[in-house]
Amino acid sequence: MAALQLAGKVDVAVVSKLYPMRSHTGTAQGGIGAALGNTEPDSWEWHMFDTIKGGDYLVDQDAAEVLCADAVEVVYFLEHMGLPFNRTPEGKIDQRRFGGHTREFGQGPVRRSCYAADRTGHMILQTEFQQCIRRGVKFYNEFHVVDILIENGRCCGVVAIELATGELHTFHAKAVMLATGGFGRMYQVTSNAHTLTGDCVAQVFRRGVPLEDMEFFQFHPTGIYKKGILITEGARGEGGVLVNGLGERFMEKYAPTMKDLAPRDMISQVIYKEIREGRGVEGKDYVYLDLTHLDPQVIERKLPDIADFVRTYLGIDPTQKPIPVQPTAHYAMGGIPTDIQARVVIDEHNTPLPGLYAAGECACVSVHGANRLGTNSLVDIIVFGRRGGRQMLKDLQELDFAPLPNEPEARAREEIEHFRSGSGTESAHAIRERMQSVMMEKCGVLRSAEGLQEALHTIQELKSCHRNIKLTDRGKRFNMELLEVLELGYLLDLAEVTVTTAIARQESRGAHFREDFPVRDDANWLKHSLAYFADGGIKLASKPVRITRFEPKERKY
Amino acid sequence: MKITLRIKRYNPEVDKRPHWEQYEFDMDPTDRVLDALQYVQWKIDGTLAFRRSCAHGICGSDAMRINGVNRLACKVLVQDVAPRISVEPIRGFKVLKDLIVDIEPFLEKYRQVLPYLINDEPPPEKERLQSPEERERFDDTTKCILCGACTTACPVFWYNSEYLGPAAIVAAHRFVFDSRDRGAEERLAILAQKSGVWRCRTIFNCTEACPRGIDVTKAIEEIKRQIILERF
Repeated sequence: MAALQLAGKVDVAVVSKLYPMRSHTGTAQGGIGAALGNTEPDSWEWHMFDTIKGGDYLVDQDAAEVLCADAVEVVYFLEHMGLPFNRTPEGKIDQRRFGGHTREFGQGPVRRSCYAADRTGHMILQTEFQQCIRRGVKFYNEFHVVDILIENGRCCGVVAIELATGELHTFHAKAVMLATGGFGRMYQVTSNAHTLTGDCVAQVFRRGVPLEDMEFFQFHPTGIYKKGILITEGARGEGGVLVNGLGERFMEKYAPTMKDLAPRDMISQVIYKEIREGRGVEGKDYVYLDLTHLDPQVIERKLPDIADFVRTYLGIDPTQKPIPVQPTAHYAMGGIPTDIQARVVIDEHNTPLPGLYAAGECACVSVHGANRLGTNSLVDIIVFGRRGGRQMLKDLQELDFAPLPNEPEARAREEIEHFRSGSGTESAHAIRERMQSVMMEKCGVLRSAEGLQEALHTIQELKSCHRNIKLTDRGKRFNMELLEVLELGYLLDLAEVTVTTAIARQESRGAHFREDFPVRDDANWLKHSLAYFADGGIKLASKPVRITRFEPKERKY
Repeated sequence: MKITLRIKRYNPEVDKRPHWEQYEFDMDPTDRVLDALQYVQWKIDGTLAFRRSCAHGICGSDAMRINGVNRLACKVLVQDVAPRISVEPIRGFKVLKDLIVDIEPFLEKYRQVLPYLINDEPPPEKERLQSPEERERFDDTTKCILCGACTTACPVFWYNSEYLGPAAIVAAHRFVFDSRDRGAEERLAILAQKSGVWRCRTIFNCTEACPRGIDVTKAIEEIKRQIILERF
């Protein structure tokens, strides 16, 4: 989206470790939230309230205002670019219900999610890629970024490996936008692609940029059991319900108004509670998502992809049998701190780092606070991608090329050579499995000081093992093994930050649930956490939450 | 269950020509073939190269020939192709390493058909209206993930690399039948050229290969008919 703002006006290139149509935006299913009011009355202010309440009041409210007010305009913009939304009988964009989206400040569910069947993200990715082709945007495909160049308080470019040749390239740039997604691969059961390893988030962290609110990691309540493949919340928006091992619709007990459309953090925590109290299906660690009472036509026409997933991977017909689901690591609310123009900011006073921008899951602006609402990730990438692109265009009138460091590729080359020529003994796969398992068990939906300390100890041990990894592929061409070792290094850094900030936050808020501190504590913890890379560990700081319109209240659904 | 996985390997840095390598190990029957490839790369031979990302049939990275048929490795369960599974790159593109092929020529064909909405009329303040029926008209071809399984299953494409191929025609179809688009004439002229839809011999390999269940041959036939209708 940022590239589209810049195309034809300045010299712009997209550098990506994948071909652009392979990016993970393409897997978003249920929709993009915007208060169009096409099927019933709606207002962006209700959307804003829902976003703030959904985020358990850790949301910066000026950013939420921008998100929800701009959402309406950007959905029309996507439609004008060709996005094939489903339609109402009058020919308008159709909308459906989604978790945590309400009318009149929490009175009941509202139809706000604009969707293209259950492949909305696919259509967004395709539409943007197609428009980039139309406007002649230059792509460097399968160029894996390995370092962000930050020199004298200024970003001056990136270093990337060309996968096909193994050669390093320096991209000298006046301005750099990071739109690199999340890092769910630090968890065992995740909806995230193999490639979502937080590369650039870890790289800027190592270069001194702090990371914000990293303790907040969302678990989506309905991933297919053990597979991590999501069943969109849209399935519940169309009437699907969650059922425990006793056949009870348990969400009614916990969220009497919103029931199965309560926000994700709440439902995931409830599922863990049901399982812990022995009400999982057959005493195991999953529950059912039941769609069997829905009109089969609704499933085939509005949820065709998820019906296909269930048939392909479970051999189950969702119109006949309920689907086994479990909470699945899904989305990082935290990331690289930015302001509402998508400029990266580097301290408690929100001082921008000239030349560096970030948007989407890799960034933390913060519109999602402690828990993101469904559909808001797609809103985030379009709204802040567009704002960031526009801000870059404005800043480029003054920004010139900052000089590159003497040997811009030195750090990346040293890291790569360490592994390529080293004589290590450790298995990358074994390290990854241990990291994913300890993160899932000790730093997942339910957390405690004891478990988190254990996780921290394990991650730190794994970090030293990582330096001693054995590489079997010493070649240059498509050395996927080497890339995975680098990716694992990024994940370990980010896992350490996640655990460290989770230990520090002694309260429960949104997706961060501490069994030893089970209630929200606004007096002490209504603040963002910042984690800085420092010699010998991670240095923690905080910054205030910007509250403009909605005072924190107890969260009930 | 015990499986024998045969992979066609080729690394131009060291190999003169492609060769088969065989691996035997246990997998769960409901694992994906992609999981089996990942097993080899992680636990047996780190030099194996293949593309993958989302692992559930949406990103389109891992189209390959599995037991002689074009499939996505992440959408085939081991139990459906075991115990002997052979995997080789999709046909018709230069192999860069193992299962990775050069897809630049594939994307070049895609770009040739103007795969974007063309409509220079000023847009309304809100959405352009489109009836559910008009939207349904091109629904099938919006599913394409550009994995290349169809094009590289087509014998015409194997023989004649100039042929636009099914994937590019599917992309064109998605816009030609979109009521909001105004570029049909321009696009159909490109599709009517020598390398366009008339190369198709309705062999249906593309339809069988599509992991998204798109009626690819039908889409190609609809484009042929549209060209005729526009001309006469």
